[in-house]
Amino acid sequence: MVEAELRAQSLPVGSFGRRSSGWFGVWCLIATEAAVFLYLLFSYFYLAAESSGRWPPHGLPSLTLAGPNTVILLLSSVALFWAERSGARRGLRGRLLAGIGAALLLGSVFAVIQWREWRNQTFSLGSDNYASIYFTVTGFHLAHVIIGLGVLAMLWLWAALGYFDRERHAALTIGAVYWHFVDAVWLVVFTALYLLPRLG
Amino acid sequence: MAPRLARLAELWSTAPGWRGFFSSVDHKQIGIRYVVTAFVFLIAGGIEALVMRVQLSHSNLGILSPEAYDQLFTMHGFSMIFLYAGPVLSGFSNYLFPLLLGSRDMAFPRLNALSYWIYVFAGLFLYASFPLGLAPDAGWFNYPPYSSAAYNPGLNIDFYVLGLVFLGISTTVGAANFVVTLLRMRAPGMSINRLPILVWGTLTASVGNLLAVPAVSLGCVLLLMDRRFGTHFFDVETAGQPLLWQHLFWMFGHPWVYAIVLPALGIVSDALPTFCRRPLVGYTPVALATVTTMIVGFGVWLHHMFATGMPMMSLAFFGAASMVITIPSAVSAFAWIATLWTGRPIRTTAFLFFASFIFLFVVGGVSGVMTGAVPLDWQLTDTYFVVAHLHYVLIGINVFPVVGGIYYWFPKVTGRLMDERLGRWNFWTMLIGFNLGFFPMHIAGLMGMPRRIYTYSPGLGWDGVNLVTTIGSFMFAVGVALFLVNVVRSLKHGAPAGENPWDAATLEWSVPSPVPAYNFAVIPLIASRHPLWEERLQETERSSLERGLRLENGRETLATTVMDAEADLILKMPGDSYAPLALAVGLAALFVGLLAHSAAVAGIGVVASALSLLAWLWPERILGQRAESAHG
Repeated sequence: MVEAELRAQSLPVGSFGRRSSGWFGVWCLIATEAAVFLYLLFSYFYLAAESSGRWPPHGLPSLTLAGPNTVILLLSSVALFWAERSGARRGLRGRLLAGIGAALLLGSVFAVIQWREWRNQTFSLGSDNYASIYFTVTGFHLAHVIIGLGVLAMLWLWAALGYFDRERHAALTIGAVYWHFVDAVWLVVFTALYLLPRLG
Repeated sequence: MAPRLARLAELWSTAPGWRGFFSSVDHKQIGIRYVVTAFVFLIAGGIEALVMRVQLSHSNLGILSPEAYDQLFTMHGFSMIFLYAGPVLSGFSNYLFPLLLGSRDMAFPRLNALSYWIYVFAGLFLYASFPLGLAPDAGWFNYPPYSSAAYNPGLNIDFYVLGLVFLGISTTVGAANFVVTLLRMRAPGMSINRLPILVWGTLTASVGNLLAVPAVSLGCVLLLMDRRFGTHFFDVETAGQPLLWQHLFWMFGHPWVYAIVLPALGIVSDALPTFCRRPLVGYTPVALATVTTMIVGFGVWLHHMFATGMPMMSLAFFGAASMVITIPSAVSAFAWIATLWTGRPIRTTAFLFFASFIFLFVVGGVSGVMTGAVPLDWQLTDTYFVVAHLHYVLIGINVFPVVGGIYYWFPKVTGRLMDERLGRWNFWTMLIGFNLGFFPMHIAGLMGMPRRIYTYSPGLGWDGVNLVTTIGSFMFAVGVALFLVNVVRSLKHGAPAGENPWDAATLEWSVPSPVPAYNFAVIPLIASRHPLWEERLQETERSSLERGLRLENGRETLATTVMDAEADLILKMPGDSYAPLALAVGLAALFVGLLAHSAAVAGIGVVASALSLLAWLWPERILGQRAESAHG
């Protein structure tokens, strides 16, 4: 017992990166959000399987905007990864701010292009069940991007206020993994809605 | 020692009065509130049931209009399944988790408060439909096309879909809290093979909820979009698929059934052995059976849809999977029977509830196997047989363990024992009333009586069984009333209980009753599954309950590693906060705005929610979330 008491002296105190409760919590959030997208894609494939005509009914979705946009979103993840690795962990605030700022910018560009992509479509939400599920799946994702941009903006502000140092930046670790998740979901959505119909 | 405890109590206590009421993050207060609120909804749902039973007591009665009857059975189902059965177990687990695990609080105390407030607001949101005469009326599983705008244009269904999404947030954040608490907040030495079964049950239910709740929430969003924004998910006219709703609903619905019974099975697995004076027989198989039930439970949703015209292959697969569930269920049932058989039972009221639960579990299980068999299900589906089955499951496996659990833990919570004499009356009235009320429903179902009919013609031979059912249901209600009387009387007049009135084995019985605000004066060190029975079980290693980490520089508790529970980190825990209430109010405004087609109200709700979240998540030095935090 004395041993345990002594060891307590050396235990870290408070919120520490991947040992903080929030790190475990955000994985619960990711699990339940991943389930949301799983059920969305189930609905998409169910409607596709039950449709009697052509699927997608309006022809193959164009890759002109969606392809480059996918790369832009991935780059924002890379920027954030760099911000954490070579900024936060080394205590270099300049790099940290630059990295989060770049992620924020690239994420915003993705959202704007996604909006253009929507406006370019020849169908609208109520056209048919393909249109309904297309806008719903991409809409759910876009909503996550917008929330993620809010998270990135707060992280940038907190970094600018000097809240993070080499050891204490749990909020950044937690926010970053959420953003990477939002990007990973896009890859799945993009594959399901844009690439898979090309195989058929 | 005493000044030290006074300081700990001051650190962890909630402010008195309304301030504490609205800002408390104490898991014990939140747990009690959860149980009390759940019982309020149980009473509401019970009254709805009794009104329906009067209407059905004889053929051709006209006490209720068909419309009123529809609203009553929908709200009855919603109340019992969503507002009572799940939340009451959250209440138990909220109160007990840190005490069973040897911690001072849950992993996310403020999330805990949020989960409770959203639950209350979602319940009020749902019940606000009643005075407006617009209560949901499409049954608790709300099938389209009947629930689509074309056939059900009023706000009734909007109350249902928005209310269920709102409540889903509460369930989800609560589940995340249980999972992280279990992973991180155990006393050193509380490795996963030493966890009480209740903890296993709640962990399994919580993981299930995290993965299953999104299905129904998504279904509700899609249905709302069909109703409001002209999408075509479920409407037949434009190639929508009404069966998609059924899939999404039951992908959630079946795991949910296990979520509202597995923690209750855990209550029995932990408390029954206390009264049998021996450890549970087959701890490891029972723990594994709990987890297995949920895993298989994700693959059986289609057995709710056998009559919808599925391909034979699907019927065969899901029928077989449903049969597989009997294996883990039987493992648990035999473990309880063996515990009884080889123990020296002490027949307290709590014991009677737990022992009778085993019988009801088997009856509900057998009727479940019957409806899981495809050919029989085609006969039984949508009849009163299914109503009988689900009530044996939900009352037998949820209400009986819950009431027994309250008899068991009431002395820990209040410091007083409940009255045993009144307890006997309470128990026998409930048991006889329940079987008298619900067993004949099997027969009514076999005689062909469909569920959800507001009346029936004379001469079908259904009058007799229905009258018996009505009498039984009123007797059951009297039993529940006796229970409530016992609770209220014992709060004032119960005999003082002391720390461990049942001479039980688990950690919560090592602290004073009622439990002090800080739970444990020192963080205990655990060496076995039965910390308080080590001497008589002649365990080789002994837990240390008196000496351990003191952690008294502010609100502190210990985080341990996931598998072996070795000390890992000292956590700084947040104090009382209004942020959870503010966020819940903001979300409530959002849902009211959506219901009332008011973009302004919804917008205010979103802004208020965002600001509350920001205040909540702002990194704080005292929680060690910022740079240059003082090391304690």
